[in-house]
Amino acid sequence: MSATAAPAAVKPMISIDSISKWYGPVQVLKDCTTQVTKGEVVVVCGPSGSGKSTLIKTVNALEPIQKGSITVDGIGVQAKGTNLPKLRSRVGMVFQHFELFPHLSITDNLTLGQRKVLGRSNEDARTRGLKLLDRVGLSAHAHKYPGQLSGGQQQRVAIARALSMDPIVMLFDEPTSALDPEMVGEVLDVMVNLAREGMTMMVVTHEMGFARKVANRVVFMDRGEIVEDATKDDFFDKPRSDRAQTFLSKILAH
Amino acid sequence: MFSDFDLKVILSSLPYLFGTGMVFTLTLTALAASGGIVIGTLLALMRLSGIAVLAWPAKAYVNVMRSLPLVLVIFWFYFLVPYMGQWLTGASAPISVGAFTSALVTFTLFEAAYFSEIMRAGIQAIPKGQTAAAQAIGLNYRQTMATVVLPQAFRNMLPLLLTQTIVLFQDTSLVYVISLTDFLGAASKVAQRDGRLVEMYLFAAVIYLLICIVASTLVRRLQRRIAIIR
Repeated sequence: MSATAAPAAVKPMISIDSISKWYGPVQVLKDCTTQVTKGEVVVVCGPSGSGKSTLIKTVNALEPIQKGSITVDGIGVQAKGTNLPKLRSRVGMVFQHFELFPHLSITDNLTLGQRKVLGRSNEDARTRGLKLLDRVGLSAHAHKYPGQLSGGQQQRVAIARALSMDPIVMLFDEPTSALDPEMVGEVLDVMVNLAREGMTMMVVTHEMGFARKVANRVVFMDRGEIVEDATKDDFFDKPRSDRAQTFLSKILAH
Repeated sequence: MFSDFDLKVILSSLPYLFGTGMVFTLTLTALAASGGIVIGTLLALMRLSGIAVLAWPAKAYVNVMRSLPLVLVIFWFYFLVPYMGQWLTGASAPISVGAFTSALVTFTLFEAAYFSEIMRAGIQAIPKGQTAAAQAIGLNYRQTMATVVLPQAFRNMLPLLLTQTIVLFQDTSLVYVISLTDFLGAASKVAQRDGRLVEMYLFAAVIYLLICIVASTLVRRLQRRIAIIR
């Protein structure tokens, strides 16, 4: 490593480098650049349609990009020789609508990836899966099917499923937006614990309380652009852009 | 017409009707349905692949097959399959495959077109998020299809797959055009030999009806057992 390179401690886990994306003639991401370093929690917020969900999905290539580059742990997401399934298996993702596999029991949901992708034995996968299920407080539901659980419970299982792959980073795409209000807390609790244990996280959310509690940085997006990329305190106390000020005043008004 | 209804002719021909006719009908139905679902699923995956060189031939195949009458295809394959065999194996003369093999190939390929449309609808109905979630844990295309998408599509489409199989079960009687004897063909032969048309055709109709009712009931029960809890 040359003397001018950044110290290893701040080497970005996720590096998003001037990426752009179009749906036909419509540009949905405009020259976005940001990083997430190891152990950091970055909250991405912004009005709906601002491209924040699209941005987070480009990190594990669920959404392709037309310009720019992304690396995860030094591996180029768009690079030719990249083993995408392998890369994805190291990046946990939690979706707005949970996306548990409805035809599989909770246990099977937790072991499928471990067995098929990581090649773990049934027993090993099961033991690890059940340990994670216990961690999200749902041991009693191992034999049930996703349709038998509440939204909040399903999302906690989805987090456990992502963790079962031993990810180096976790992506959350509006994990509480589809939940009834009384279930938001239980999911955020799991996420807060995860953050406090040092998991590297990129979280698209409107939950500003969560951001205040555990975020290191806040990325504010509007109309496909990253308008503000600031430390949590800077963002909440003295947002620089008008758009961020307007957004905050709307979302914090109540 | 019913005054001289003769049950004895039915009873005495039962071994022939079931031992030869029904065994043939069920064997052909089971084999053609299994093969048709497998090939139909592959066709559906080709069509949905988004890769033109795969999608286009699959689409053309399905559309051609669905626009032809089954009887025509049966005839056609009966005369064509020996030449296809010759071409595939590089033999010097057309290969004799026998009427049953020819019928089996015909029904499998014909039904595959219909099963393909059912599976295509089933696959398309699975939310995109399911595929995304499967990919996100690192499953590749084949694993995503085999463990997440197809099991759900298959469960959801079971009633339609069964309906199509029942149609196939009834359509197998068309093999009479290449001189094969299925259940209806067997009944028909007895009817004409003994001049007992009413008895034999009525009996055949009742048996077809019974089998379809039983099959529907079994599948409904099966579906309840493997249905996805939502």
